[in-house]
Amino acid sequence: MATLEIRDLHVSVLTDEEPKEILRGVDLTINSGETHAIMGPNGSGKSTLAYSLAGHPKYQITSGSVTLDGVDLLELTVDARARAGLFLAMQYPVEVPGVSMSNFLRAAATAVRGEAPPIRKWVKEVKSAMGDLSIESEFADRSVNEGFSGGEKKRHEILQLGLLRPKFAVLDETDSGLDVDALRVVSEGVNRFKALSAAEDEAGAGVGVLLITHYTRILRYITPDFVHVFAAGRIVESGGAELADELETNGYVRFTGAGASA
Amino acid sequence: MAALPGSTDCAVPEAALPEIEDVPSVSTTTESVIDGSLVVDPAINAAAGGPNGLTEHSHVGGRTVNPSATPGAHMTRVVSTDVADHPVPTSKFESWRFTPLRRLRGLHDEAPLTGRAGQDFEVEIDAPETVSVVSLAGAAADWVRGSSGEHPVDRPAARAWNASPDVFLVDIPAETVVDGPVSIVFRGLSAENAAAAHLVVRVGHHATAQVTVTYEGSATLTENVEIVVGDGATLTFASSQEWASDAVHLSHHRLRVGRDAVLKHSVLTFGGDLVRILTTGVYDGPGGDLELLGLYFADAGQHLEHRLVLDHTAPHCKSRAYYKGALQGRNAHTVWVGDVVIRPEAVATDTYEMNRNLLLTEGCRADSIPNLEIETGEIVGAGHASATGRFDDEQLFYLLSRGIPEPVARRLVVRGFFTEVLVRVGIPTVVDHVNEIVERELEVAGI
Repeated sequence: MATLEIRDLHVSVLTDEEPKEILRGVDLTINSGETHAIMGPNGSGKSTLAYSLAGHPKYQITSGSVTLDGVDLLELTVDARARAGLFLAMQYPVEVPGVSMSNFLRAAATAVRGEAPPIRKWVKEVKSAMGDLSIESEFADRSVNEGFSGGEKKRHEILQLGLLRPKFAVLDETDSGLDVDALRVVSEGVNRFKALSAAEDEAGAGVGVLLITHYTRILRYITPDFVHVFAAGRIVESGGAELADELETNGYVRFTGAGASA
Repeated sequence: MAALPGSTDCAVPEAALPEIEDVPSVSTTTESVIDGSLVVDPAINAAAGGPNGLTEHSHVGGRTVNPSATPGAHMTRVVSTDVADHPVPTSKFESWRFTPLRRLRGLHDEAPLTGRAGQDFEVEIDAPETVSVVSLAGAAADWVRGSSGEHPVDRPAARAWNASPDVFLVDIPAETVVDGPVSIVFRGLSAENAAAAHLVVRVGHHATAQVTVTYEGSATLTENVEIVVGDGATLTFASSQEWASDAVHLSHHRLRVGRDAVLKHSVLTFGGDLVRILTTGVYDGPGGDLELLGLYFADAGQHLEHRLVLDHTAPHCKSRAYYKGALQGRNAHTVWVGDVVIRPEAVATDTYEMNRNLLLTEGCRADSIPNLEIETGEIVGAGHASATGRFDDEQLFYLLSRGIPEPVARRLVVRGFFTEVLVRVGIPTVVDHVNEIVERELEVAGI
């Protein structure tokens, strides 16, 4: 059983002029096995939260804390956070020319697991994981994300989720740019890892998921335990899955009006 | 000398090669056209997008020459074997403006070229029996000197032409398929006495061969290299500059590509205080295919300069130039200039040239200038791309966010940067060796 705890997090983005505050006091606790959806309008700071947790240098933490099982995550480098058990599936995965997907995956697995996985076992593991996500085997020889379609990139993010087996996964707009078929494949990948990690967990809890999304459609495939509405840099309302239904019907108007930003 | 492990099948299948495209990781793009003489009709250029796979900047089938500029003007230069015809280069010369002339030890001026084999340098040759590799002197040397039909275009090359007592000739007989690379090692023993050298590689019609030349040790050298590929022949050639840090090396590679011949020419420069290699290429007939590859890695204080002049005079010929370099350390300086001219008679030409530079630290400088001059509209494609940028922070973040430690991530990116060109070199022993050198260079950087 692990806990990811975000307390009063304030984050500014570095611009050419002066730092601009985006996150204004985020409080959130995620336990192993829980799936939290963060929903909010564009520009509310959802992605900033994701990148801040992962440690992107563009974002400056001005106050607050983030701990993973009591370890101060904000004190760790980007790579150390990943090795501590945090995974960020990015909205726009980066292309890395000349670095093959297979080299990259092995380097990442070696780092996160603390030792190089035995080669035969590893080849089987990757092959099977790629098959589960309907990824053609030729992708192993291609450069990381280079020339991939939007859907292919997202599948590869979930492929990494399954291979790196984090304690907590932040999925940033994983549904954006996916057609219905791709959305189903990707969602099934997330659910498969949730089930597998729970089965391997002595406490039966498994991965904790923070699902960041603008639309509710991915929530039809991945059921959230909690839904949080994000507006103007903080969580303004929390509830169960029924909150997502309300947002589906009424939109974000209730939260973006004059009252919400005050 | 230990024989290099041969390989019977060194060709990399074209289909397996990653398409080299424009990489968004580099932050700035520079393009320049000599004196603005290149004028591209935007309508024609826009229509060209797509079918030829060229990106960033392509010219296809346009009327291109500004009437005020003389076609081929920037390539008009003195061509002569007589030293007296060539003035001493100054920084005012377009083709020498980047070169720190004071560090040439007079190679471009009057320095006596007295270096001798056995005393100032030695040459080791490792060749299969079917290949003749000989050092020729006297009348025999005079006979092969100029095999490419091309003559020196500057003073250092003209001086080397006249001062080199011997000519090394690598002769591949017609219709011979040579197993494994012919290897030549030029080992400098001293940089004190400047030396002149001349190498001729001649590949008979319909022959197939690989030739590698490796330069190491200390030297002050001015050199001519002539490579003549006969009709229907295939040559994979690599010149690897692995000099000690005090070497100065000026070289002019003259390439002649026969009808339907294929020449892959790689220049891999890592060592030396100052290395400047000019490569000029011409076609003997239609159907020639020339691929110019280059990799370089400049450390603090090094000046590595590569210049290409490709003259498309025959129809239905293809050329590709892919040069990539990394720089690290104070006053590391690289220069890449790629001149391509498509003459009026060179219809159905297909050409593309690319140069990219990766600045790993502060204080280094990469100059990159592609020039394209098109004198016929009847071409398949013509494009160029040039970009110089710093380490891409987003790429680094992506790798780090997967738990990969920063030194490992940086190595992955730099290796990946070189891989795009390296997979095309086509000589496995050279590829392995260059990989080792790149690893060493990265250790120097503390990456």
